[in-house]
Amino acid sequence: MHLILFIIFAGFCLAGAINLLLQTHPINSALSLIVVMTSLAVLYLLLGAEFLAAAQIIVYSGAIMVLFTFVVMLLNAGREERTLGSRAALSVGFPSVVAILAVLSTIIIRAQGLGVARLGEGLTNDPEKSNMFQVSRVLFHELLLPFEVTSILILIAILGAVAIASPGHGYTGDDGERISHK
Amino acid sequence: MTLLSFFIWSLIKVVVVSVVLLVGVAYTVLLERKLVGRIQNRWGPSRVGPFGLLQPLVDGAKSFLKEDLIPTAVYRPLYLMAPIIALGCAMISIGVIPFGEPVGPKGFDIFEVANVNIGLLVILGITSIGVYGIALAGWSSNNKYSLLGSLRSSAQLISYELALGLSLVGVVLRAGSLNLRTIVEQQATRGIVSWNIFGGCQFVAFFIYLMAAYAETNRSPFDLPEAESELTGGYHTEYSSMKFAMFFMAEYANMINVGCVATLLFLGGWTSPLGNLIPPPQNIFVHALMPVFWFVAKVFCFLFLYVWVRGTLPRFRYDQLMNFGWRVLMPLAILNIIGTSLLLAYR
Repeated sequence: MHLILFIIFAGFCLAGAINLLLQTHPINSALSLIVVMTSLAVLYLLLGAEFLAAAQIIVYSGAIMVLFTFVVMLLNAGREERTLGSRAALSVGFPSVVAILAVLSTIIIRAQGLGVARLGEGLTNDPEKSNMFQVSRVLFHELLLPFEVTSILILIAILGAVAIASPGHGYTGDDGERISHK
Repeated sequence: MTLLSFFIWSLIKVVVVSVVLLVGVAYTVLLERKLVGRIQNRWGPSRVGPFGLLQPLVDGAKSFLKEDLIPTAVYRPLYLMAPIIALGCAMISIGVIPFGEPVGPKGFDIFEVANVNIGLLVILGITSIGVYGIALAGWSSNNKYSLLGSLRSSAQLISYELALGLSLVGVVLRAGSLNLRTIVEQQATRGIVSWNIFGGCQFVAFFIYLMAAYAETNRSPFDLPEAESELTGGYHTEYSSMKFAMFFMAEYANMINVGCVATLLFLGGWTSPLGNLIPPPQNIFVHALMPVFWFVAKVFCFLFLYVWVRGTLPRFRYDQLMNFGWRVLMPLAILNIIGTSLLLAYR
């Protein structure tokens, strides 16, 4: 059954990715990207990484892509104009990209000593063995300091963004009238 | 258990749960009309059937038979897809909600479609996908009222999703699990005293969840996306007939989902509020159905509160809504997490 699910969602993922490139309207491309990300989440789930799957859906499909679609809607971006592109890119470019990716992935698999993945292997409701438990153990025990430092880094970035974007710190418009905060 | 029997059992469960949910949606609409009617000192629907009880059927038939208008300037694929996304996302999350104790033939759980150990995250994930239904509906309608309504609504959903998610962290900390069954079983020891809202000291979290849930389901006092006086109808202005009914059903299905989650996380799920004061019934059917009764009763109380608030409070202004979400609910939710973790660490 896991294999059937894998084939279906890998198919969705590839179809979404190809559709993403072929569509000329930006909003269709954005929606195809959502399909790709959601199917990837199902593939993660099949590999036994249920937390990663849920995080992928909540963060990527639910939050980041909403911003993408927002931008597309607000800017009312028009259709993309197709240029034919160079013939060399078509005939040499695509095969070489595939070749480079294949070589890279082979090297990474060999160097890391990774074996064959079994679908649905780590999926269990047993709290001691589940992926959820192991991820939280790593995040909050073994890598606690890097994890917290990263979150503070992100917090600082957010504060910086708010400080720069805050209307209290700049002049807006030509009349030079200062708009105060509140 | 063979693959075939698993498949057949799951199919039966999915069909039964979907039908129950849709009937629940229909009668929640009636409940709302009746209650708001009584709050405004009128009777509400009372002509069709005894006490107007057949009103939902007539309403359903009416929306099926109405003319299905599609304006010429809409972007058709997305215009047609948006109500399906909205209703689909509203109905999927019921799949991980447990209604009763794990009983059934051959170790098979008849009161829950799927018992997954990330149940809570699944519900949050599906809720976050549900934004697309509204956002795409507004954009593809090619109407400025729709677009404004959908932008408001999406901004509101994204803002309040944070507060909603953070308010649940306290409960997850106490249970040490994201499995909804484990969360309920952890509250099941002494009846009402051990529910998370009272014994777990999560009443602040419950308040935050309640507020965020009103905003998440676009309900009054946060129903800015469909503010009739300024936006005619918000994101579903251009929809008619069954497509409008799908948005309508999605809204009420979301209400029921939110009620189920509140029941599971804060109100002890299917457990009896009296704890072990009443001896467990001997009859096996009563024993199995009693928890379902408590679950439905709690969800009903939650929905009652929902409608009561709608009939009582006026609509917020848009800036008030955003301020309340970001400046009050978010910090309060973070303080609640800190407080809960300190309490747990102290114990």
